[in-house]
Amino acid sequence: MENILLGLEMLARWDVILALFIGSIGGVIIGAIPGVGPAVAIAILLPATFSLDPIVGLTMLLGIYGSSMYGGAIPAILINTPGTAVNALTSYDGYPMTEKGEGHRALSLAYSASFWGGIFGILCLILLSPVLALVAPMFGSREIFLAALLGVILVILAHRGQIFAAGMLAMFGIFLQTIGLDAVTYTQRYTFDYSFLSSGVNLIVVVLGLFALSQAFFLLGNPDSSPDAKPVKGRMSVGIRELMKHKRVATVASSFGVILGMIPGTGEFTAQFMSYTYAQKTSKSPETFGKGAPEGLIASEAANNAVPAAAMIPLLALGIPGEALTAMMLSVFYVHNVIPGPQLFQNNIDLVYGLYFALIALNVIVMVFLLFSTNLLTKVMRVPTRFLGMMILILSFVGVYSLRNSLTDCMIAATFGILGLVLKRLNLPIVPIILGMVLGGIMEVKLRSAMPRLKSPLDMIDRPITFILFVIILLGLALHLRTLFKEYRAHQPQEDHDFHDSQQR
Amino acid sequence: MSRVKTLQSFFKRYRRPGDIVFAWIVLIFSVFLLSQIFEQTAYQSRGKLVAQPRFWPAISLGTMSVFAAFHLLGSAFSERIEGRWREVWHWIKSVEYAGWFIAYAASVPYAGYLPTTIIFAILLTLRSGYHNAKMISAAIVSSFIVVVVFKTLLKVNLPAGRIYEVLPDGLRQIMLTYF
Repeated sequence: MENILLGLEMLARWDVILALFIGSIGGVIIGAIPGVGPAVAIAILLPATFSLDPIVGLTMLLGIYGSSMYGGAIPAILINTPGTAVNALTSYDGYPMTEKGEGHRALSLAYSASFWGGIFGILCLILLSPVLALVAPMFGSREIFLAALLGVILVILAHRGQIFAAGMLAMFGIFLQTIGLDAVTYTQRYTFDYSFLSSGVNLIVVVLGLFALSQAFFLLGNPDSSPDAKPVKGRMSVGIRELMKHKRVATVASSFGVILGMIPGTGEFTAQFMSYTYAQKTSKSPETFGKGAPEGLIASEAANNAVPAAAMIPLLALGIPGEALTAMMLSVFYVHNVIPGPQLFQNNIDLVYGLYFALIALNVIVMVFLLFSTNLLTKVMRVPTRFLGMMILILSFVGVYSLRNSLTDCMIAATFGILGLVLKRLNLPIVPIILGMVLGGIMEVKLRSAMPRLKSPLDMIDRPITFILFVIILLGLALHLRTLFKEYRAHQPQEDHDFHDSQQR
Repeated sequence: MSRVKTLQSFFKRYRRPGDIVFAWIVLIFSVFLLSQIFEQTAYQSRGKLVAQPRFWPAISLGTMSVFAAFHLLGSAFSERIEGRWREVWHWIKSVEYAGWFIAYAASVPYAGYLPTTIIFAILLTLRSGYHNAKMISAAIVSSFIVVVVFKTLLKVNLPAGRIYEVLPDGLRQIMLTYF
């Protein structure tokens, strides 16, 4: 109880409240503009938050993360273009509703479902906290190594139809973090005698290049367009009542979001697909899906909004990010010397509770904001894409240059920007590179520190949690092989689909 | 023969123009890096295998090369969509914007953050094809807001321009501190 009060006290500061407002309202606006997305915004803001208090910086980033999907639903519904990639399924049923003249009903349903999913995710996080505080200290070096390995494997397997590309990019990420002076043996690795490579390749420089600069190059290099969303008429609160008729779908979808959000490498995209399939299979009118079924819209939005809170679980409890946005947040923790992981729940539990309350507050702020300002956002969405690209380029400079005032960093970021652009054009995923960098670093450190206690390779899995993780890894691989085998038997290879979790966020 | 065909279908996927060029580049790049492993990493006679500084680069580059080879194979077996070299030209053209970015970054320490940002915003707006007063004004206002938010309010670590040194005393201090 005392810790809960301390957490609340953390939020009762003008700078934290301001950060919460800027983050959550800024997040909605960023989400609503197709072509920006939270990853771009977080990457740009990341270095700026280093000078702020950890709770202030994290609240702002968390605000953007948690609220962008609310905003992303607006263009998905009104102009059939998802604001963030994770709103892709929202457009399946949202846009047909707009075509039928039910745009305000679709938006209102999307907001209500998002709120339901968001709050459900946070409640699960709060309820799970005592268990996490109990389990997290059981995670030693071996357990964290295996959990990170599981994350790498899952992020590769999650890119169905692009396993080889995802694998090659994840391995590239792991390789990138090995460049520079090895901290233990003091030997150079892949520096090619260039002094600027001795300190390694900075994660934030890579993130800014791959997410922000690549998006700027992408928008500047493509023909100009200006999304034209028509304003909607009607009360935005009607969806809350309608949502109550579909409580089951909303709750199950949120549960999918929570479960898949907790598993590194999977996240919103998989949760959304599974929830949508569930909603369709259990619906009384499955034929309406894709033609404006409210249940489809609810499933999609509740699932993706339950993920941010759940994604905080592996991040806070084990220090393992499950996707690119939490990987970026991890660097904020490190800069402030707050190391997420088992000790966080023992030493900084007030910060953990502070973040929980921040998540609740941001959902309320966003919901209230959206009820009154949807039509304002339809105007913001009209920013021409090339102009947007120019602004992202100018903003990216702040992010890269403020790190170390280094022109070399800018050149490295620009190189990764071109790589990111090529990946986007080819519809190949970017996230595996970032997760490879972060999880690769964790794996190397943890395996090294576990070594003195290992006499044989089997000692790696002789503890209950390590054994469970090992079984999950085997199970994941076996399930994937089974699916491949089934496809092979059916002579129907899995077709690639056109949108990926990594593309726009 | 039918077996070979089924194996081919195993690797088939949706492939965008230029995919095979990228697949070749990555494969060559990863194999080149792997070939440098003995020169670019050390091996210490004492110490376990997994604690060697060479261990993780070898694992990552080895696996990356294998994945890259399979990715290339997948690309070769998949249906080709026309426009390969047009796509590669698009990638090359994006180097221009990377150049803009680097030129912008190189100018800030000399010309100052505020003037450089506004000038680059105007130039990039013109380069993007907007030649009307409305868009240019929008670029000036937006870039000014960016400077005020990040440099003046958030006090982000950006250098003061050398050009500010020639300004009169009072104004110089303000420009050096806030812009």
